[in-house]
This record gives sequence, C-alpha cells and structure tokens, in this order.
Amino acid sequence: MPRKSLLYFLIIIVGTIFLVRLFYIQVFASQYRQSPLNNSAVTEKYVYPNRGYIYDRNGKLIVTNQASYDVMIIPKDVEPLDTLEFCGLLNISKQEFLKQYHKTKNYSPRIPSVFLAQVSKEDYAYLQEKLYKYKGFYIQKRNMRKYPLNTSSNVLGYLSEVNERILLKNPYYNLGELIGYQGVEKQYENVLRGKKGVRFIQKNRFNKEIGAYKNGIYDTLPKPGNDIYLTLDIELQQYVEALMSHKRGGVVAIEPSSGEILTLVSTPSYNPNMLVGRKRSKNSLTLFNDTIKKPMLNRGLQAQYPPGSPFKLVNALIGLQENVITPDNTFYCYHGYRYGSRKMACHCGIVGSPINLNLGIYRSCNSYFSNVYRRIIEKYDSPSEGMDVWSDHVKSFGLGNFLGYDLPSGQKGLVPDSKLYKRMYPNGGWRAVTTISNAIGQGEVLTTPIQLANMTAAIANRGFYFIPHILKSIKDSTSFVSKYRDPMYTTIDKQHFEPVIEGMFDVFEKGTARMSKVDGIEICGKTGTSENSKRINGEKVQFTDHSIFVAFAPKDDPKIAIAVFVENGYWGSRWAAPIASLMIEKYLTGQIKRDWLEKRIMEGSLEEEYSNQLQIESYVAKKE
Amino acid sequence: MRRRNNIFKGVDWLLVGFYLFFIFLGWLSIYAATYTEDQTFVFNLATKYGKQIFFILLSSVLIIFILAIDRKFYERYSGIFYLLSLLSLIGLFIFGKSINGATSWYHFGSFSFQPSEFAKAATALALANYLSERGMDLKKLPTQLRTFAIILLPALLITLQPDPGSALVYIFLIFVLYRFGLPLYYLVIGFVAIILFIVTLYYGYIITLIIAFTLITAFLIYLYYKNKLVFRRNWMKFIVIYIFSGLFIFSVDYVFNSVFEQRHRDRFDILLGKKTDMQGIGYNTAQSVITIGSGGVIGKGYLQGDRTQGDFVPEQETDYIFSTIGEEWGFLGTAFVVLMFVGFLIRLLYVADRQKLMFSKVYAYSVVVIFFFHFLVNVGMVIGLLPTIGIPLPFFSYGGSSLWGFTLLLFIMIRLDADRIYDW
Repeated sequence: MPRKSLLYFLIIIVGTIFLVRLFYIQVFASQYRQSPLNNSAVTEKYVYPNRGYIYDRNGKLIVTNQASYDVMIIPKDVEPLDTLEFCGLLNISKQEFLKQYHKTKNYSPRIPSVFLAQVSKEDYAYLQEKLYKYKGFYIQKRNMRKYPLNTSSNVLGYLSEVNERILLKNPYYNLGELIGYQGVEKQYENVLRGKKGVRFIQKNRFNKEIGAYKNGIYDTLPKPGNDIYLTLDIELQQYVEALMSHKRGGVVAIEPSSGEILTLVSTPSYNPNMLVGRKRSKNSLTLFNDTIKKPMLNRGLQAQYPPGSPFKLVNALIGLQENVITPDNTFYCYHGYRYGSRKMACHCGIVGSPINLNLGIYRSCNSYFSNVYRRIIEKYDSPSEGMDVWSDHVKSFGLGNFLGYDLPSGQKGLVPDSKLYKRMYPNGGWRAVTTISNAIGQGEVLTTPIQLANMTAAIANRGFYFIPHILKSIKDSTSFVSKYRDPMYTTIDKQHFEPVIEGMFDVFEKGTARMSKVDGIEICGKTGTSENSKRINGEKVQFTDHSIFVAFAPKDDPKIAIAVFVENGYWGSRWAAPIASLMIEKYLTGQIKRDWLEKRIMEGSLEEEYSNQLQIESYVAKKE
Repeated sequence: MRRRNNIFKGVDWLLVGFYLFFIFLGWLSIYAATYTEDQTFVFNLATKYGKQIFFILLSSVLIIFILAIDRKFYERYSGIFYLLSLLSLIGLFIFGKSINGATSWYHFGSFSFQPSEFAKAATALALANYLSERGMDLKKLPTQLRTFAIILLPALLITLQPDPGSALVYIFLIFVLYRFGLPLYYLVIGFVAIILFIVTLYYGYIITLIIAFTLITAFLIYLYYKNKLVFRRNWMKFIVIYIFSGLFIFSVDYVFNSVFEQRHRDRFDILLGKKTDMQGIGYNTAQSVITIGSGGVIGKGYLQGDRTQGDFVPEQETDYIFSTIGEEWGFLGTAFVVLMFVGFLIRLLYVADRQKLMFSKVYAYSVVVIFFFHFLVNVGMVIGLLPTIGIPLPFFSYGGSSLWGFTLLLFIMIRLDADRIYDW
C-alpha cells in the first residue's frame, strides 16, 4: 500500500466501524431502548400498604401498626446545603450525614432511599415545615409495628431495615424498607406485607413534578397486607410468661388433635416494643450481645436439652412394640442398675420388690428402663442392627429432626443411631450397655422443647401427631397447608399406648408429680431431671439439673400437650410439673384454684442459681 | 510574490463549510445539554451555551487574524511558537489550577485557558518546519530522534500534569512521520506493542510471554529449515527480539500495576470486560451508551431527550456531547455526523496532498492526524468502544480553549493552502 493511502484507509475503516456500532446500539439491540417506565422524566414513588395485623386464636389483637415518618433522599437532586442546620434539624452528626449520603448515593443516585428512618411524630411536625428548603429530601409516611400486649417477642419476630444482602436476593425491596426478621414476621412476610403500590409521576425537563404519568395508567394501588390469626392462645401465653419469670427455659403447648401451637414461650425474653422505631438499632445491639441471658434465642425451638425421664415413655412404647416386654413383666432395682462393674444409680426407692411398667413409669425407675432398653437393643443379632431399629422408632415421634413447623428457626436435636456410635467407637466394641444412658434420656439424646411437646401430643393421640404450626388462618382466605392436616403416624401400634398412658396418669395420682395434681382434671405426665454440664477449658463442670415435665390432659380427650424445660431447676417436680399443671388448669377451666402454688411459682426465682453458675464458670476459667 | 488584497482569496470553502456546520450543530447540542427552564435568553454569559456563543464570536476574530497574516510568518516563527507553548506548559506547574486532579489550566478571572490545546498547533508547526528543512531524511536515525524529541517533549509535559489522555495525540503523529518516510517497522512495532499491551492486561504476563516466545520460536524454526542463510545472518536479531518483547511484557505489567493509578486501571478493566461496574467508573460510558441507544432510529426530537435533560451523562456538554446527538437525533443524526466527519477528514487529506511545499504538507498532515485522533478517541469512547480518555470532540464540545485550539489548527492550514496557487 502506498504511504499516501494509509490514512484514507484508516479513516474509512474507523467511520465504518462507528456506523456499525451506532447501528447496533441504536437500531438493532433492543436492550438500550427504554420502556416508558424507565424514562428519566418519570419518577417512581412508592405507596406503602398497611402491614397485616396479627391476632391470636381467639381473635385477640397481638400486633398492630402505628404511623412513622421516614426522611427520604434522592441523591442526585440534592443541592449544596447548610449541613450544620440540616444535621441539627434531624438531630444527627455530620459524620452520620456524610456516611448516609454516600451510602445512598452509591446504591443509586436516582432511586429514593431512606435517609433517616422512623422519625417521631413530634419531629415530623417540625421537619415538615423546614424540609422544603432542602432539595432532594422529602418525608414519607410509613407504618411501623406496635405491640399492645408486650408479649411473645421471640415468636412474633420483629421488623428491621432491608440490608444489602437481602437487596441482592430480592428485587422487591429497596434500601431501608422494612422486612420481617425472625419469627412469624419473617415466616409470613409475604402475607403480611401486602404489595406496595407505585405511582409514576411525570416530570418536566427541569425535574419538576407535573402530575401523574399518562394519567396514571401504569400506577398500581397498594395491596394491603393480610391479617393473620395465630394458633397461640395469647392469654395462656402471657400466663406462662408470668409463671416463667426469673427462670430460664422453654415451654411449648400443642393441641394434639390439630398440631396447633397454643403456647411457645422462651424466657428470658424482651419487650417487643424495644425493636420499634429509632431506638431499635441501639436496643438490638444490647439484646444480641447479651450472651448470658440470650434474650433473642427462642429456647422453645432452638435450645437442645437432654430430654431426661420423659424419654422413658418412648422406650417403654418401643419395648412393647418390639415385644421384648409386656406391661406385666417385672424387673428389680437395687438402688440402681448394674452392668459389668458399673452401676447407674436410681432414686425410685423400690428396693427388692418387682417393678412392672406402671410402677416403673410413675416412680421413674432407671433400672426398669435400662432393662427394657437393653432388651430392645439385644433382641437383634448385632448392636448396630438393634440400635437402628430403636433409632427409627424414636425418630417416628418427630425427634432428631426439624419438625417442619412454620417458624424460621429451630434445631434438629439428636437421636443417635449406629452410624454415630461407629464414629464414636471406631474400633467397635460398643454394645447395649455402652449406650445405656439412652434408656433414661441422657447420653447422646438431645431434644428441643417443641419436639418433646410434639412427642407428648403423639402419645396423647395414641400413635400419631400433626406437624406443629403457628398459623391458624389468613383473614379472608380459606386455603390451608395440607401438610399440617395430614396425621404423621408413629411406628407404635395403638394398643401399646394405653398401659403407658395409665402410668403417666399415675404420675399425678401417686407418682413423682402427685403434689401437682389438679382436682377434677385427669392429667397424664412425666417428670424429668436431666443432667447437664458444660466444658470450660476442657474441664467438664456439672451444673444443677434441668427441671423437665411433659403432660397432656384430659386423659381420654386430650386438649393440650405440654413440654416444660426450666434450666437448672433441679427436680422435674419442683418447677416444671407445677407450671404444666397450672397451665392445664388455666387452659381447661379458665381459672386457678391453687393460688398458693401460682404465687410460689411466679415469685420463685432461679436468678441466684444462675449467678452462682456464672461464678463457677469464671472460677474454672481462671484456674487455667 | 504578489500581495493578496482579499484575505479570503484562495480559501477552501468546503472546509470552511464543514467548520461552520460543525460549530452550528455543536452549539445546538450544547444548548440542548445545558439549558434550563428559567434561562431563555440565548446570549447569556452566565450559561454555558451563552459563553459558547462568545467563544464562537471570538474565534471568528481569530480566523480573520489567521487569514490576514502572511504565510511566511507561520514558517518563520514556528520555533518561537513551539518554545512559547512549551513554556506555557511548564508554567502550569507553577501557576496552574487543578481541575479533576490535573493541573492543566490557567485562570484569568472567570475564564480559564488550557495551553495543551494550543500546543498541538505549535507542535505541528515545529514538526513541519523541521521536516521541511533541506536534507532531512526520516530513514536516518538522527532525524528520527530529533523529530521524536519535538513530538515527545510537549507530550511528556502534558503527561506530567497528569493528563495522559491529551498527551496520546502526540504519539499518533507517528502516522505523519510514516507518511514522510519513517520506516514501516516503527508502525509495526507500535502495533505489536499495542497488541502485546492488551494481551498482557487480559491474560497476565506469564501467558503472554509463553505465547510471544512460542510464536517467535516457531518463526525461527520455520526460518531455519526454509532458509539457512537468512537464519545465520539474522539469529542475533532474534535474540534482541526475545529480550525486548520479554522486557516489554514485564514492563507493561509493572506499569499497569505499579505506575498507573486505580482509575486508569479501572478504565482498562471495564473496557476489556474484566470488570462490570455500572455505578462507579463505568457509569459514564454505560450511561452514554444507553443514552445514545435510547434515541433509536429517528431520535426523540431536539430538546426532547429526557436523559440529556435528566443529567444522566456526566460531562455531557464537553466530552460526551455526541450522546446528546444520539439521543435527540437518533441513528439518522449520529450516522450523519459520523459521515460528515469522515467527509471532513477526507477533504483535509485531499487538501494536504495537494500542498506543494513541504512545510505546508507536513503541517496539513499533522492537522489531519490530530483531527482524526480526536474523532476516533472521543466518539469511540462515547459509544463504548474505547477506554475513557477525556478529550473533546472538535468543534462540538463545549469550551473556549479547545474551540480556539482547533480553529487555529484548521485555519492555519486553510491559510497555508490559500497560498498554494502562488507557490509554483
């Protein structure tokens, strides 16, 4: 090519490339063509619907709304302003101002973001007059939650601002909008929130609003959130909260005939109104950072405890089902159960006389159930085979796995099987007696209160349960979730339940919980006292036992099944059994005749026990 | 030589026509990009479109002066112009004013002045003057080195401001040198260097080294079996090629990661598709491409571009002015402007080629290359084909310095061309 031609050639090549590129972006590729709604001269404004109210099973209002005001920002419209005065107006520091400004600007210079959330009504009145001076800022009214009853915070959850992580996952939300965190608010977010409406506002070329875009044909009305009814009996719930004051633990009550959760209490808890409004972020910090009381932990769903003696009921049922015992088989107890050179102590106090199933249950004899457990495991050729049969039976009660209830938090608990022991004893050599603690609900077994309540419901129903759930109904909707209507059958035949239930009945009549007997109500229950220990610096420290109780009533037409865990409450009969009996009395009769017991429980405190524990812990920790 | 009594005599009216057309369309676009509701009076010095009218009027005065001055003047004083422009560039380090991190401006009251816009014309004159001297041969190393020095001195000063984008145009003047005898391998080396540069950024220096050495070795083996004689004579050169390409690849990696600032790296990364970032640094280009795309085939109509009005594209009245045309006039408008520029450049080339005097010819070629470079880089950037390099689109972008700089460049050429009939 002659030197003269090179530039001609280059100019024409470049011109051609430009034309092709322009043809591509202006004519061919449609992604650059905007929809009218993406037009810059049109801004979107959101209209927020009322979030649905939450009622209890009897139609009592638990959660409602109150007005709040957000200061909104459209960063690109902000003009230089007197930051000092503006910060004074909003009562924030300049650092906060700049941080918030840059955060919202980085998110999007055009989309409105929340600049300052949840201004109080008083501040709003003042701001309203002054804010016109500041271009790019305006006030948006929004609803926030209000909890008239100050109860059940762990179940209900709370609302908080959408964070960047949620934004990436869910395009519905914008920065700073409210979304349910934890509990019912999270689980039923889509039902409760409704659908926000959008108004498209036409602006002229100078960014002034001149009315609805195309007369509002693209606008959508906000769709209000649906009210929901929970299965909770809020009166019972509040009553249990009062009974559990100054005590840590979880209480769950289920209606056996439906699986509806009547009570789900975790203590210590917090006032739900603490997580509303501008004080929320400060309060949530203190609540989440309290690692001693753990108020944000829902112990009813998330705390895993060894179930203790109530677990003996399952072993009895398995023994009957596997045909290794009959109700009339007897064993002997000599202050405990000997295996090899070791002995498991027993406090049943029946020395030398035969113990049958009934007596074994109501006196909670460790020896009896150790015999039963050993027979179950040893019925099969190898311990692992026996273990897996046993494990499958236990799991059919809903233990050892997430139950499938409609709340967003939980724990699986633990039901051991041969795999677990093969891992624990890689060289083999484990037998029925090695795992004998399982007979009495110690050892490896772990359950959450809701699992134990569900197990009790399965016994009350004589062989099946409904998956526990918290949603009773959505207002103006007849739909239901079928998995909550289908009975889940245990692997135990119906006829084996009666003798066990008789034993549970006798627990109140003449057994470990006779002090908690309620006149006129046939209650079946089982006390439990579970050992617990913590590892501190590799040293095992034993703490006071957990007080446990499961119960259902009435015996022949069960209306309520309960599990109560009181952390470090010692004997099951000391705290857990009276609490369960008071709940049953309250729920079935509506009143309490045993004022003295109610008073003792409500005023009884374990705070001293907990602070002793702390001291022991720090002592052991320091010893290192 | 006869004196001209009419200063417009011999003027190439086609070029003047292009000039007037571009100025007019440019002002319309600046008006569209900057007008606001409450300012309706067109000649208002408080507004950018008002100032631009003022700049245009001043440049017509400038044109009269340029055309009135004798042609010999430009040739005779080109060295002085060159020195003055170098001094004005050096003076920036003392008296200059920083805008957007680059010290490129002098401030006089409310007006500012960017000497690098005038240095282009001065350098072109100096280059023309040097190459038109007797005995200059671009095939010889001393001539090559001196011309490189003339070109690279202002480029270096501008890079130090730091405004590397504006300095790039001087590198482009290598095309002028090629036209006047610089050996082809300089262009080839430059081209290969650019390819190596991009490949290194894209795949990292290890893979690039492997690729480059494999190719060279393959060629060497081919040569060995094909023609042993040529191989025996040239194998030393290949060792030099190995060393230099290796050094170059390493230094690209070093310069990119250690000398470049993050904003430079980001520009390249976004363009190479290694990073997507619609909000930060990629915002300008992304918005500009969307804005142009939104114009469709026929555009939204003059003053009806809502993205232009909504200030979606930063710097729209200066570097991104082309996006206004894209939105409001659509593909018809942009294609028309691109074709007009191609026509303008070809006319410039044609005029350059008809120069008889070496001085005029070299100068005219420099003008072509400078305009071509600005057109290529600015439009390429605005439509998302090239990295963000902040240089103006000649006659369209808002700004007095750039308008006068380009007017000076063009009309000196027209003035030189007007005398061609006397230069037999």
